[in-house]
Order: sequence, then C-alpha cells, then structure tokens
Amino acid sequence: MATSIVDAQSILAIDLGSVHTRALLFDVVEGQYRFIGSGIAASTANAPFRDIGEGFFRAVLNLQEKLGRTLIKDDRLILPSREDNAGVDRLVAAYTAGPELRIVTAGLLTDVSLQSIQRLAGTVSGQVAESLSLGDRRRPEARIDAVLQAKPDLIIFGGGTEGGAGRSVFKLAELLILVCRILPQEQRPHILYTGNQALARKIQEALSKWTTVHIAPNVRPGIDQEDISPAQEVLAELVTDFRKKQLGGMQTLADQCSAVPLPVSHAMGRMVRFLSRAYDPQKSVLGIDIGSQGVILAAAQDGRLNLAVAPYGLGSSARRLTEPALIEEINRWLTIYTPPELLRDYLWQKSLYPASIPGSAETLAIEQAMAKVILRRSFLQAKAENPDLGEVFEPILAGGSIFNQAPTAGEALMMLLDGLQPVGVSTVILDKHSLLAALGAAAEVNPLLPVQALESSAFLNLGTVICPYSPARYGAPILNVRVEYEKGNESRMEIRQGTFTVLPLKNGQTVRLHLEPLRKTVVDPTGQRSANSFKITGGLCGAVIDARGRPVPLPKDAARRRDVLKKWKQVLSG
Amino acid sequence: MQQVSITHMQPLTTIRRARMLPVRGQVHVRKHQKISAADIVASGYAGNEHLLLDVRRILNIRKAEQLEGALQCKPGDRIQKDDALAESGGMFRRVLRSPVEGQIVTITAAGILIEIQNQLLEVFAGIAGTVIEVIPERGAILEAEGALLQGVWGNGKANQGMLLAATLSPEEALGRETLNMSMRGAVLLGGRCEDADALKIGADLPLRGLILGSMTADLVATAQSVNYPVIVLDGFGTFPMNAQGYKILVNNEKRDACLNASPWDPFTGEKPEVVIPLPASGEATAEVGEWRPGKVARITTMPLLGKIGVVVDVPSAAQTLPNGIRTSTALVRLENNEQIFVPLANLDMLE
Repeated sequence: MATSIVDAQSILAIDLGSVHTRALLFDVVEGQYRFIGSGIAASTANAPFRDIGEGFFRAVLNLQEKLGRTLIKDDRLILPSREDNAGVDRLVAAYTAGPELRIVTAGLLTDVSLQSIQRLAGTVSGQVAESLSLGDRRRPEARIDAVLQAKPDLIIFGGGTEGGAGRSVFKLAELLILVCRILPQEQRPHILYTGNQALARKIQEALSKWTTVHIAPNVRPGIDQEDISPAQEVLAELVTDFRKKQLGGMQTLADQCSAVPLPVSHAMGRMVRFLSRAYDPQKSVLGIDIGSQGVILAAAQDGRLNLAVAPYGLGSSARRLTEPALIEEINRWLTIYTPPELLRDYLWQKSLYPASIPGSAETLAIEQAMAKVILRRSFLQAKAENPDLGEVFEPILAGGSIFNQAPTAGEALMMLLDGLQPVGVSTVILDKHSLLAALGAAAEVNPLLPVQALESSAFLNLGTVICPYSPARYGAPILNVRVEYEKGNESRMEIRQGTFTVLPLKNGQTVRLHLEPLRKTVVDPTGQRSANSFKITGGLCGAVIDARGRPVPLPKDAARRRDVLKKWKQVLSG
Repeated sequence: MQQVSITHMQPLTTIRRARMLPVRGQVHVRKHQKISAADIVASGYAGNEHLLLDVRRILNIRKAEQLEGALQCKPGDRIQKDDALAESGGMFRRVLRSPVEGQIVTITAAGILIEIQNQLLEVFAGIAGTVIEVIPERGAILEAEGALLQGVWGNGKANQGMLLAATLSPEEALGRETLNMSMRGAVLLGGRCEDADALKIGADLPLRGLILGSMTADLVATAQSVNYPVIVLDGFGTFPMNAQGYKILVNNEKRDACLNASPWDPFTGEKPEVVIPLPASGEATAEVGEWRPGKVARITTMPLLGKIGVVVDVPSAAQTLPNGIRTSTALVRLENNEQIFVPLANLDMLE
C-alpha cells in the first residue's frame, strides 16, 4: 500500500453511477493533494451499450477536454503516467450502476441474527425480496418456492452465536443447497455466510459445490453483541464480484484499478468513518447521497459507522413514492399547487426517464419536495433501525444531483434542513463533485490523499446551522443572540419560536456567537456547547438559526402552508 | 458528442428479435420457417411449485445408507401421480407414491424434491416473419419486415389482432363510451386514457390489445389486471400520442398488429413493442445515435411531455433554464414551429 506522495501521485477515481459516470482527478499541487477536476458522461451500463467502458471513456475524455491535459491515447487511458505528465498513476472506482440487487436474507431468530443480517443487507443498494428464519412456519418446499420466486442475486445467511447453534444453521444451508440444485448454474445466487464461524468451513464446503460462497465474520458473535462492520467489507467484495460478471466492462476496469472497486455506499462509509475520528467524538459525522435508485446515509461517531441504503431515489425508484401517504407528504412540501394525480404521473414518468432533469419551476419544486420526503423518510427509517445513528451531526456532508443542480445554494440547504431536520449546531457541506465516495475508494491506495484533498476547497460550505429545541409556544422569545465580529463590532437579535433567520455572514467569515437560551431552550443536546459561546464560519448561505421547531410544523391549510414554505425559501435565497 | 439510445417509431424496418423460454423446453420451429405472430416458438413446463417428500420419515428408514436401496426413482425422472418413488423393505413393506405429476429435481438426506410442472409456458412469435436461428431447448431468433413502434410501458401480455383506431385524433381520450361491440377482437388505438372502466370494458369485449399515447398512473393496476396487452407509447399523464407514432398506426389501420407488452427493462433493453408486418423490405434500425440538427426528438418530462420536434441546434455550452438550472440543451423546433431549448437529458431520440 502506498503511503507517500512519491509512491502515487495522480489518482483518477471513477464513480460509476446508474445515471452518470464521473471521472475525478486528484494530483499533487505544491506538495499537497488537490482535487483537479471532473469529467462527466451518461452511464452506459444499460442497453443498448451494456458496457460501462464507453461511459468511462467518455467521462475521461470530457475531463481531458476540460483540463487540457492528455489522459487518453489510442482510445485508452494512459496508465501509469508518462514523463510528459500525460495520463495518471493510479485508477480507483466506486459504483452504484447496475440493476437493483435482489437479496434474500436467512437467519435463525427474527430479532437476533436475522435482524443483524437485514441490517447488513441494508448497507448495499438492493431490495430484500424474501427472508427466512426459524420462526418461519411455512413448509420447507414453500420456503424454497418463496426464495425461487424472489429471484435472488445474493443470499446472506447466518445464525448461531460463536460456539452456539449448529444444527439449525445446517438445516438452513440444506434448504439453500436445494434452491441452488433447482436453478440452472447461471441463475444461482452468490451466497454470503456470516454466522457461527465454527461451522464456516463445513458450510463453505457444502455450498461451494453449487455456487460462489463468501465467508464473513459472524454479525452476531453474542446474543447481545452485534458487529456488522467486518462482514460489510466481505459483502462489498461479493457485490463487486457479482457486478464484474453482470456488468459489461466492469472486469476490465477492475483489472486496471489499483484497488478493488467498491459499492459507493461502502466507499462513502469509509470516508465518513475516517472523518468521524477527526471531528468531535461526541457528535456524529453524517454523509448523505441521494441517487437515482436510493439514498445512502452514513453516520459515524468516533470511528463507529452506521451505514444504510434506503430504497427511495429520485430516478428509477421514484415510483416507490407513489404510495398515497408519500404523495401526501410530498404535497405538503410543495410551494406550488400540484394535484396529487399529476404528482403520481410525474413520479411514474420520472421512473421511466431517471436521467431527466426538472425543466420548469413546477417540476423543480416537485423534485425538491421529493428530495425532502426521501431524506425525511430514509433518515427516520435508519434511525428506527439503528438507534446509535446519533442526534447531533457535525458536519453534514450532502451529495447528489438534486443538490448540485439546485439553482441556488439556499435551495440546497433548504432541502437538507427540511429533510433531515437536524438539531444542535452543524456545518452543512455540499459535495458538489461527488468526491466523498471517490476519496473513500482512493483511501486504500493512498491514505494521504483523502486527508489533503478534504482540506482543499473541493467541498462547498453551505453554512452553519443552529437548530435550538424549545418547548416554548409559537412566537415566544427563545434565544438572545450576540454576534461578535472579528473587528470587534457586535450585533444582537432576539430569536422567537417558529422563526427561520439568516445571519448574513460572508462565505469564510468567522464570528463568535454568544447565545442566551430562554424558556428551557436547548441549543446543543449533546451538552457540548454549555457555555453557549462559540465560533462559527459562514458559508454560501451565511449562517442559519432554524427555530421552527422539531418536527418542523407546517400549517394545515394548504394555501397558508405554501406561503410559509415560500417565505422560508425566500429567507435563504435572499 | 455522446451516443444515446434510440426509440423506434419506424414505418418500415427489418426487425430481429429473440424469443426464448426462461426454462428448458421444446422448440417448435425450424430454421428458415415462415411464422405468424400467433405461432408458438417454444414451450416448456415451468415448475414454480415444489414438493419435498421426507422419505426417511415417511417410510421410517432409520439409517441414511438404507435410503439408496429404497429409492425407485432418480433425479431427472418424469413422474405421474401415484408413481412409486420409494419402498421400504422388510415384512411390512410400505410404498411412497407421488402425490403429484412432475419431475424429480434432486434426492438428498432432506428427501425427494419434486418440481410440480403444472404451468405450461408458451413463447409466441409476436411478429410475423422468418426463423433465422434456432436456440436448442430455448427458442429462436426471428426476423420480420414491418412497422415498429416501441413504447415506454407495457402490462406484460402479448397478442395480435386487427388494428382499429378508436379515437379520431392523437389528443382524444379513450373512454367507456368509445368502446362498442364492433371492436371485439381488435387491437385498439387510443390517444390517451384516464378511465379505468374503459380498460375493464376492453377485457369484457374482449379486445386483443390496446395502444395508448398516454395513460394516467392510477390506471396501472387495472391495466396490469386485464387479459389483453396494453402498451403506452409516450408516458404517464393526459397528453396526446406523439404525432409520428399516431401517423404510422393510422396508416396501418385494419392491418394485423402484433403487441408484445413486455415491461421496459433498461438493463436488457427489452421494450414493449408494436409490430405491424408489411409485405415490403426495410432497412435494419440503428440502436444508438448522436444528437445533431435534423434528429427527431420527443420531450420526456412535463410540461411538454410527449411533444415531438426536430433538433435545430445543439449548443456546445451549457444553458441556464428559466428555473435556474444550468445544463446542456438542444434547440428544438416543435410541430407548431415554436423553437425552445430543452435539456438534452429530457429528450428521447425517435427514429
């Protein structure tokens, strides 16, 4: 593994999305790694191309044109670089491209091993189509048929604490062998075993006669002990193996890479975990990325990562938002009147054309409302499944085309505030170039690169948000704020419950805030800022005091609600 | 310029399609054979149900090694109901008989696993043409000449019948009052549909197929439940059928139309299709193209969803849309001669 700048200088990271392929170049400038630029092209994973190579080539070509630096010769990436600085030294990749994975989970007890396995399955982009457990009262053949009907690409199974159950695990394995025997070889799912390790060798011997089997450490080593992190790494490898066979050009790309390509969720998780070690150990670092197929939430506190991929996306999976309750929720966040029927049609159409972008004010409003609902729903779901997800986040890193394409930074921040509804004090950062996953993929090749690239200006600071929690009634004063500027001058303001206020700081301007909470108002639930006096740095939107309350209360009357939403938007957009 | 995939709205072309069984079966056509849309290319039994018989428990066989001697069947055997599968030895012999007709998949310590082959799968040609290649045990590659229209949504059914225009224009809605007994057995063409009852009445007539320009998304469940193929050519909502597609269909009224309403699978490229066999030769169609002036484009998002036009220019620099988003666009001349900038991401190339 390279650890010095001399070992590996320029690194090209490829982000193979389901809609776009991005090529991101990092190189050493004045002794420090910097993000140099990015190229983008439409993904070619799908028909009629069915080969990611074309999209990869186009993205690199686009990067070459933008930078005026030779990266390609004779239709091939120059790797390693030449003496004239043409080409790159290393290539790494992360991906979300490919049809949604269909996963079957199998464990012994529903609320023990199966729960941990479900959580493990939830760290990759896919759909859990069937689950088996000891409590399953169906006859064996009915369970076999259920698995066959699920058409799994991947089966994750386990059970038994270390030194625990054996017989029941073997019974599950027998059932899976029968499934494999029924299916033609090319349709047999890959299997990940992540149960009692004392049985691992026998399980591998028995199942590997029929399909590809990976063994991962036990996700439930003790009845009250869960550890899915080691298994996550093996799962990532397995998914990559599967994609190499499924996606045209993936094997060729992987052969050129200096490290095994990673699912974007895992690459992002790696970076968020890394950042959590550098930030306040009392708070969690939160990384989110809304894609076409799903949303990735990676939260880590002091090196402990919680990773979840929720199946709500803004593209091919948009039709999952057509449940009446979700349509109603989207409607509640719309600034423009839109009949529910029109919204339903829009979501279906968006699923057909996931790469399409909002072409009018109305459709932009719909997609921004969709993003808020996706964030809210996914965040609450992840929190219900992982109570350790954290309360207060510092920083919040957000990526995804809905944020990057937002006409103003204020609109991007508004989506994040309404969707996540954070509490406490957080810095909100926009990953404008989708660097987080690229840096996670590059970290294995050169750990120095993410450290130095993060310090560069490749990420956009949207602003510091202060979200006090107060039981006070609407309109009551909850916070006295004194802003102390660097030149010594001051300004004061009174914050009332239900308000949304921008402190007009310039991007990069640092000030000291002195907060005086009133009426049992809590500024920082972690209790870290007990002095209520701290420095903040302004971002593109300055700094924001979001005293609207949690959850954000929206007026029931539709017309009034739209007025309120417009007013909040106006506050941020200036 | 990057290549994009093409949606076909061709008045005359050469069409090549694979028709394959998802399981092994019997192929009923031979190379160079002329076929019609209703011909069965291949058939086989899909075993979507299984039965696991615990032989040792049923016959009270205590030792695993005794099992082999008791078996009277082997994996791969086709069995009829009541066929003997195993027999215990000794003075009081007991016989295990199959309760179902099917095929033995495997025999393990867990028992005899039988695939209950109760579902006959038949793959129809879907197009009228010639068999150009036979794939043993699976199906065939077919070639045909005719009009080809690809849709964006299909309900998974397939059939063929005489094409009739149920509406007088691409804007007109297909409603319950549009349908009558003279349309029985026909493949209907309608501009748009927002009436679930119309779909249900179509099943009662019955229709052999329905081609729509647009359909409201609340009809999806009903469209999936009817027993005839429904193909949506342009998308979800209440907007007219694209003029190019409508013209091709109207020009072929009263001809046989073959509908394969497979759902659109972006990964494999399978799309719902209408094929109208014609006694003439066309050129094979390209699957990808580049945006350049003269290309026909269809807008894929609201508010101009379904409108078609001709690309006039493809500026190299990104444009800022009225909503503030900055993106690559094409200047498109619509049918009413209005010229507008449309994001390239919101255009579908028609050819």
